[in-house]
Amino acid sequence: MNRFTYARPADLAGALREIARDPGARFIAGGTNLVDLMKYDVERPTRLVDVTRLPGLDAIEETAAGGLRIGALVSNTAIAYDARIGRRYPLLASAVLAGASPQLRNAASTGGNLLQRTRCYYFYDAATPCNKREPGSGCPAIGGVNRIHAILGTSEHCIATHPSDMCVALAALEAVVQVAGPGGERAIPFAEFHRLPGDHPERDTTLCQDEIITAVELPPEGFAEHHTYLKLRDRLSYAFALVSVAAALELDGGRIARARIALGGVAHKPWRMPEAEAALAGQPAEAASFALAADRLLAGAQGHGHNDFKIDLARRAILRALSQAAAGTPQSQTDKRIR
Amino acid sequence: MPTQATPQAEPDRVTITLTVNGKPRSLALEPWTTLLDLLREELGLTGTKKGCDHGQCGACTVLLDGRRVNSCLALAVMQDGASVTTIEGLAAADGTLHPMQTAFIEQDAFQCGYCTPGQICSAIALLEEDHAQNPDEIRELMSGNICRCGAYPNIVAAIEQVMASGGEPAP
Amino acid sequence: MLKEPHVGAPRSRVDGRAKVTGEAKYAAEFPAPGLAHGHVVSGAIARGRITGIDTTAACAVPGVLEVFTHENRPRTAWFDYKHRDEVAPPGSPFRPLYDETILYSGQPVALVVAEDSGTARHAASLVRVEYEAGAHETDLLRAREDAYVPPKRRSGISPPPKPRGDAVAALAEAPLRVEAEYRIATEHHNPMEMHATTVVWEGGGKLTVHDKIQGVLNSQGYICNVFGLSKEDVRVVSPFVGGAFGSGLRPQYQLFLAVMAALALKRSVRVVLTRDQMFTFSHRPETINQVALGAAADGMLRAIRHDAIGATSRFEDHQEVVVNWSGLLYHCDNVELGYKLAQLDIHTPADMRAPGAPLGVFALESAMDELADKAGIDPLELRLKNYAETDENEGKPYTSKELRAAYRLGAERFGWSRRSAAPRSMREGRELVGWGLASGVWEAQMQQTSARAVLTADGRLEVATATADIGTGTYTILAQIAADAFGLPMESVTVRIGDSSLPKSPIEGGSWTAASAGSAVQAACHAVRETLFRHARGAEGSPLGNADLDHVAFVDGRIVLAADPDRGIGLIEAMRAGGAERIEHEQTASPDKANQKRYSSYTHSAIFAEVRVDEELGVLRVTCIVTAVAAGKILNPKTARSQVIGGVVWGMGMALEEETLADHRLGRFMNHNLAEYHVPVNADVHDIDVIFVEEQDSRTSPIGVKGLGEIGIVGTAAAIANAIHHATGKRIRDLPITLDKLLERPPAERAR
Repeated sequence: MNRFTYARPADLAGALREIARDPGARFIAGGTNLVDLMKYDVERPTRLVDVTRLPGLDAIEETAAGGLRIGALVSNTAIAYDARIGRRYPLLASAVLAGASPQLRNAASTGGNLLQRTRCYYFYDAATPCNKREPGSGCPAIGGVNRIHAILGTSEHCIATHPSDMCVALAALEAVVQVAGPGGERAIPFAEFHRLPGDHPERDTTLCQDEIITAVELPPEGFAEHHTYLKLRDRLSYAFALVSVAAALELDGGRIARARIALGGVAHKPWRMPEAEAALAGQPAEAASFALAADRLLAGAQGHGHNDFKIDLARRAILRALSQAAAGTPQSQTDKRIR
Repeated sequence: MPTQATPQAEPDRVTITLTVNGKPRSLALEPWTTLLDLLREELGLTGTKKGCDHGQCGACTVLLDGRRVNSCLALAVMQDGASVTTIEGLAAADGTLHPMQTAFIEQDAFQCGYCTPGQICSAIALLEEDHAQNPDEIRELMSGNICRCGAYPNIVAAIEQVMASGGEPAP
Repeated sequence: MLKEPHVGAPRSRVDGRAKVTGEAKYAAEFPAPGLAHGHVVSGAIARGRITGIDTTAACAVPGVLEVFTHENRPRTAWFDYKHRDEVAPPGSPFRPLYDETILYSGQPVALVVAEDSGTARHAASLVRVEYEAGAHETDLLRAREDAYVPPKRRSGISPPPKPRGDAVAALAEAPLRVEAEYRIATEHHNPMEMHATTVVWEGGGKLTVHDKIQGVLNSQGYICNVFGLSKEDVRVVSPFVGGAFGSGLRPQYQLFLAVMAALALKRSVRVVLTRDQMFTFSHRPETINQVALGAAADGMLRAIRHDAIGATSRFEDHQEVVVNWSGLLYHCDNVELGYKLAQLDIHTPADMRAPGAPLGVFALESAMDELADKAGIDPLELRLKNYAETDENEGKPYTSKELRAAYRLGAERFGWSRRSAAPRSMREGRELVGWGLASGVWEAQMQQTSARAVLTADGRLEVATATADIGTGTYTILAQIAADAFGLPMESVTVRIGDSSLPKSPIEGGSWTAASAGSAVQAACHAVRETLFRHARGAEGSPLGNADLDHVAFVDGRIVLAADPDRGIGLIEAMRAGGAERIEHEQTASPDKANQKRYSSYTHSAIFAEVRVDEELGVLRVTCIVTAVAAGKILNPKTARSQVIGGVVWGMGMALEEETLADHRLGRFMNHNLAEYHVPVNADVHDIDVIFVEEQDSRTSPIGVKGLGEIGIVGTAAAIANAIHHATGKRIRDLPITLDKLLERPPAERAR
């Protein structure tokens, strides 16, 4: 790890002052990704601003709109086992339990989960080029070892994926990210929080360096009746998704009233396509409709060799997830039989 | 609570208090010292193991304020005021082993022993959390602790043994 | 009445308490005054040379003591043979920081030594290295064109036997033929403990070295040869080893670097590798097998051809026994086996749990399954039909072989007779269910080993030999053997191992340690018994006056007449009578040369696997494994079962998860961490049922033991792959069988 200084501000204003003082400063909460990357010399902050003691960011509260506000410091474990989330947003609880391990979930924060960086082998290996780590150095994953890489929304500079499970569910639930900065507070719709790599793969999100996530707000609708989080990976636990699907449906008799589908493991951000979801509205909740949605979602998918299988896998996973959601039989994260 | 970590006589060092296995300590630390390195290299508590140093194996699992965490990813300066229990702090003062330690011996739930302290700390927390009622749930919630010797069936058996006996939860 | 002996009974590990309390100390955990810490800088390219190395920034970090590179390293021995350890394969061993030449990606190029480990690590990140890259090759599929028969055989590794019969002709004439290629990916050992060495500078030119090693004498010999030290001055002490599985057979580069730095700085030094650096030395070589089986219509084998190509480095010819198993598992008159190496720009591979065997046996046992399919015969019946009564490679009888019983007992426990023959014929819910089986085989060996036993007048017994316990249970079985020799409780026995000052033992590997160290300890104990018995007989009024050693028993701390156990004398009383405060003997146990010449000795197993496959999504669960093992005498069913379970879990990893992925353009392994190199986790592992088949073997070792460390993995991957075929109809010949391979449509479906 590089040398850095440490600050532990007592309140949000203090934290924002600390971060503004030093462009090399970074906030730290759970540290499960940042410390990891610092040990690999991928992240080399000059100052760490410890936000774990900031007041008011560690609660799950009701919002005026009828949703829930999850403070940025709420641990992944607290989300997974919160009774209100379990009842009203079981999709979110399930996605959180699909990720990492109990130890990591105990330490990892909500804000930090949103800011997780890719697991691309090259990004992690400072001895190799990587446009995300070192802009302009190249992307060896293109034409290299890329079985875990993206099939959607890639650019010629980067084919990395976003590794979070929780974010896939938050995308499907259309959460809103609450942010504070020197200019005050702002709200970022989840779909606009993470970015595609484009010409600047070094930027994962639209958050500015001097801004801090304060909360994630869930809108009232939680799709508690018809949802699933289906994660497919290289072993049955403690592995990142090759493909994951968060599916949420509102049914009206045998027909779909509304649908949400978000994909993990396939793009630089949780992948959604509102047109594909809109096209499901009014359709019967059956395989043929699901197949059409899958076709639309994956229309632009492109493999890079080792990850070609992901296109087919994602299609099958979407079909299964939608049928699980429609049947009201969400995937268990402990019984590994796929429903 | 201070608005700023207290400046120290020695540059870059931050003073914290940490209760380790029941004993409060005041420590002046460099901010980059992880809890794992603090335990192993500065406090001589080598029972907590370094298996990957990146949160990928669970060998470094300790109980931090009663919760299991990977100590390799926790910066020690951030744990000011916390209480840490390591494998060395599980047995009673008279040497009587924690029921989970006994169960691990009886079920032969380890071979080389290197992942064992992490497995035991993790298993004790698992019982305390109370989210595992059947073997599938035990397996899933113990999957953050890799055992390269492959003792998994015996680890599950050890946990079931303690569950069945209503073994006391984490200290 | 004689009490139940410890040997053969399920006993908990004697080192259990040390391991569950954190008291057991591993190589990086020994303290030393003034300890300095070294961190390795790893190279970035696969082949070429270092053109510049800038250590200015690293040296400027407060607390840095020295940065060692090829430019300033201390001199070491000139000749290659001085760098060859006990088990080095033919070639020129890798020398860390030797010169500017880069031989593989990840090679150590500098060692930063500092007052603490954090400073060393930070400073290491500041070392700048310039390279001139040369053309490299890391792709075995390309290098196979240049494969060659290794000109010099590796000691202890039998090359393929000479052909018997005419396999080519017999294959051409065979009514049934299976010909296919099977590949196993590169794997890394990844023991949980990362390789580490603590060198304690004792002063007066003496070093105590705590090394992660499976043979302290190998490290000691290596250090002495390389650095020109005397064995009197170097003591290697490694009482606990956090797994190794072969990665600790040869001294690894952290040992060299730590000793080099300690000698140069004249202080204690510790070097611990990172998990990423655990991918920069030993590994299981990627291996390609070509197998052709010819059989009569009834399934009787007429011809077996098996050729393998394994990867090796440019500087050493690492060899394994990959194909020989195909010449001895089944009766066949026409057999031709071949084994070649192909050089890549990688570090030399190393033995990894059952080196060679699970690779070749995966190929053979998959091919046998394909043959069973073609012949329309049950896979178990096919194996029984072609059962080999003798070792046809060597033309020798076996010391013992209860494989037939293993098949039978395993099949019964598993319920094999309920299997429906056709692929894709068993289903439960969405999942296809598949049952597969395979045979396992491993050579049973014993190596010459010395041990010491010391009985003291306080009634305590100490036994000692230099061997290691890498989790195998060596401490425990030695305590059982020693305790039984004197009728003592195990608590009265202290076992000392892992110390180069103890009686000589070979490296701990090859499944030979229980047979070898166990026999040596028993011999030493028996020598002590003889002396003790003389004292006992000479005691005043001794009831044993006219008895000889064959007529007494050692029970409950007493020597008693076997025919009249009420008459006897206490051990301590006997020692006192003889005026002995301690009785000490060292003995060497050696394999019986005549038996070795006349007999072949192997352990065998029959593995039955159940898999459940969600074919649409490629999700696979291994829901049951039954393995029946015939391995001679089982000293401790509890630790023995754990050994086999561990081997089976390794077989699952090989079958489904383990693969080190190389970027051939960079010539570098890329998934060098435990997040992306997948080994099984708890959720992957369900029921594993281990059966030990009764097998009497008096010829492999004096104590009837044949060894268990490897047999659990051999055949397991094949059993799983065969179960996958039975479930899905897909024959996957390329390990690991990851989700993407299961997604591929079965051939029949594709043809439609």
